[in-house]
Amino acid sequence: MINPAKRRSVLGWLSAALSALLLAGVMPATAGDEHGEHGAHKLIAKGDKCVRDVDDMRRNHMKILKHQRDETMRKGVRGSQDSLKNCIECHVNPKTNSVASSKEDFCMGCHSYAAVKLDCFECHSSKPKTPAGGMHPIVTPEQKPESKEKQSGLSGKMRWQMQAKLAGLNMGEGVK
Amino acid sequence: MSNDVDNSRRKFIAAGVAGTAGLVLAPGVTLLDMANARPAGEAASSTKRWGMLIDSTKCATGCNDCVSACGKENGVASTGHPETDPQWIRKIELKEVKSGKSHSLPMMCQHCAEPPCVDVCPTGASFKRADGIVLVDRHICIGCRYCMMACPYKARSFVHEAHEDQNPDVPRGKGCVESCTLCVHRIDKDQQPACVEACSEGNHGAMLFGDLNDPNSEISKRIATYATTQVRADLALNTGVRYQGI
Repeated sequence: MINPAKRRSVLGWLSAALSALLLAGVMPATAGDEHGEHGAHKLIAKGDKCVRDVDDMRRNHMKILKHQRDETMRKGVRGSQDSLKNCIECHVNPKTNSVASSKEDFCMGCHSYAAVKLDCFECHSSKPKTPAGGMHPIVTPEQKPESKEKQSGLSGKMRWQMQAKLAGLNMGEGVK
Repeated sequence: MSNDVDNSRRKFIAAGVAGTAGLVLAPGVTLLDMANARPAGEAASSTKRWGMLIDSTKCATGCNDCVSACGKENGVASTGHPETDPQWIRKIELKEVKSGKSHSLPMMCQHCAEPPCVDVCPTGASFKRADGIVLVDRHICIGCRYCMMACPYKARSFVHEAHEDQNPDVPRGKGCVESCTLCVHRIDKDQQPACVEACSEGNHGAMLFGDLNDPNSEISKRIATYATTQVRADLALNTGVRYQGI
């Protein structure tokens, strides 16, 4: 049996610890543009821009994916830019050829930071159909592009990563 | 569900195909079926009903081409536990005891028009798409396996093991029931199911895939011409998979 004084002190410690935790949780969210620091917002992407605004995607990607999931599964609507496969094609990490195999990857970057469990990839492949390390079909090894100028000269669809500065946000350094 | 179709465009395409489809074997019987591609963003339509005709007289005992093609396409492989391994398609042997005459044929989801698996599903995960393909929505499936008990064809399997390296077009994972999807991801790209393709590539010609709603499709013509059987026709499920020669 714990005596009342001891219980009070334990409760005091607990509440202090809790408020410290809460503060720690709130601080980064109020810190505005410091998203880049924890690596959660490293943006791995191909092309110039996403199918929606980055802010919209951060807040609503799960709703967009869920809507498209039902459209495709139930009605058979294919070829939407909102499909999970389409997301993976652009956001695959060339190092791991995945979007969810490590904390460096696009999906897990945020999801591990936010401690939100991700079930998608228990069934869905986290890899694109053509490996990310692979080259664009029109590029032969001799033609392997070295500069962005050369890339854009070869194909508008050329695979490349970018250090994103979309919507005026500082995203941190893109994974090269 | 929208079944709106741009009819003028469809007629134009049909006219174009009719003009170029020269592979006519006999009056009314062609080698190639018409293209049925659906534009991106358009939903599957109930104007179609996909089905399959399997000619057991051409299906050789011991041939496993359809089963292995299915496994390769959909990532259905052995997990080392044969008792619980999922199977989407299997070869079965039928033997008439008196005459000794035996038939070999593939058995899979029969894509019923009145599917018992859909009737019993408590969550609505088991459903029939507008074009007649019976599917499991894994997002909603709770793995109760009621549909497995309801299916007269033993077509469904429960996934007992975690999976990796799925085909991006065919998501599958532990804890859900699954069965033949008629390669829905291929059909939506205007391709044939993997088993049918393998059967014709092996020059067996025992499997034919097509639209049962279209009286001019090869499958409809064959069903109109030859005697075909629905397995367990007594259950009046109106199966999409028909058999010839059994």
